[in-house]
Amino acid sequence: MSEWWTYGLRDLLMFSAQTYYRLFELYNRDLWPSQLLALVLGVAVLALWRRGGERAGRAIALILAVCWLWIAWGFHWQRYASINLAAGYFALAFVVQALLLVWLGVLRGRLTPVPATRLQQRAGLGLLLFALLVFPLIGPLLGRSWTQAEVFGMAPDPTALATLGVLLFAGGRPAWGLFPIPVAWCLLSGATLWAMESPDFAVAPLAALLALVLAAGGALRRARAGRSIG
Amino acid sequence: MANIPDLTRRRLLGTIAAAPLLGSAMGWAQQVRPATRAIPSSGEAVPLIGLGSWITFNVGHDRVARDARAEVMRAFFQAGGRLIDSSPMYGSAQEVIGYGLKKIGRPADLFAADKVWISDGEAGRAQMEASRRLWGIPRFDLMQVHNLLAWQAHLPTLFAMKAAGQLRYVGITTSHGRRHGDMAQIMAGQPIDFVQLTYNLVDREVEQRLLPLARERGIAVIVNRPFQQGSLIRRLERHSLPPWATEIDCSSWAQFALKFIISHPAVTCAIPATTRVDHVRENMGAATGRQPDQAMRARMAAFVARL
Repeated sequence: MSEWWTYGLRDLLMFSAQTYYRLFELYNRDLWPSQLLALVLGVAVLALWRRGGERAGRAIALILAVCWLWIAWGFHWQRYASINLAAGYFALAFVVQALLLVWLGVLRGRLTPVPATRLQQRAGLGLLLFALLVFPLIGPLLGRSWTQAEVFGMAPDPTALATLGVLLFAGGRPAWGLFPIPVAWCLLSGATLWAMESPDFAVAPLAALLALVLAAGGALRRARAGRSIG
Repeated sequence: MANIPDLTRRRLLGTIAAAPLLGSAMGWAQQVRPATRAIPSSGEAVPLIGLGSWITFNVGHDRVARDARAEVMRAFFQAGGRLIDSSPMYGSAQEVIGYGLKKIGRPADLFAADKVWISDGEAGRAQMEASRRLWGIPRFDLMQVHNLLAWQAHLPTLFAMKAAGQLRYVGITTSHGRRHGDMAQIMAGQPIDFVQLTYNLVDREVEQRLLPLARERGIAVIVNRPFQQGSLIRRLERHSLPPWATEIDCSSWAQFALKFIISHPAVTCAIPATTRVDHVRENMGAATGRQPDQAMRARMAAFVARL
């Protein structure tokens, strides 16, 4: 598009809010009861986190990688691409995140639950629980249909937030390479919702930025502690 | 007030002839036909109201929404509409238009307007062919260079297609008031039939240069964003229509906004987009009845500016 930089976000939005949320409705309807399997995977992430240890970290990374890969294909490529010309790029980004999770999380064991601070630990757990249990309720609480609920493992926003929560668990030595795509997605999703005038547009961006700040704060504290010991 | 004739003799006779067969079944025999305006380069008359598809027709694979858009198209054609406009930039809109045309039957007098939107001039023909297949039509009536993207590369192709009978008209588009300088340059230097631009009660920059130039050069004008993507109407609907709106047969703000646009002598057609059958009928109603004259247009713009 010529002079694309002169367009506002709302000028670039190419679908209506009704069409966007109807996408989730049809997705949920067509894949029911996969949402239950996704919930089981989310609970498994929680259970593995409680168990702790390197093997649990690798298992968590594998679960998340599968979720990111599925959303790349099942949501972005199969569904979102029908109304958004950029969705192919989103699918590619989600595949990259899945590969990074396999590389850094499964193969190199960088998601071992070792939070740097108690605050990080609480925030990580809070973000994970928020993504699993609260995020799907936001739409219905705002008057949208239950059938349009966005659930972890199937919808991009709660999956990105849950991933950031997991990254905070492993905040002792943050796997920074796993942050950019979930954070960027949350910002992009927030911008899309803002352009659609959805009242919940700030939820995902604020949660993502909070996770980023806490991860950075934990890393700084750890670095200072390391220097004082040294 | 300028009173544009609602019924051409040909359309009136056609309507009367068809009424016994179609009227009761389709429910539109009694409807007043929309006023038309001639395309300067050919003299062909097109209704003053068309149908846009940006956002509204991008519904993806949603069968229910596709059927709803087909009903919008049916209502549009029943009310005398002809010109539908789309673009490869509009997601699934072309495909949804094609679905609608297949479902309700393609009217013989459909005026299919689309755009070429690709930076590689060599790929223009392939994109237009893909668009044609999505619409499911033998050829486009009008092909426009979308937002002037690679217009130097595309215009020679479009002129060649027109000469070969693969198109009937060639145009260029812009929106949101962008690149008016380039547009004026192309209008002055290229033998185009149409321009598409943004014009409404509050975005009136084109009145200064582009609309007079279109009249001078004999170029038809399609107006996009007549409601500023709905925001203008939402703003206006917080207020009551002025009582004098009845003098130009306006029953809604949408008609008020559209009559302002189509009463400009340089404008050939406005293309509001909608998802609702009642709205498409309301929009088409703007091309019937009395139209504002110059004094009334000034009054309308001043009234809206004060709100």
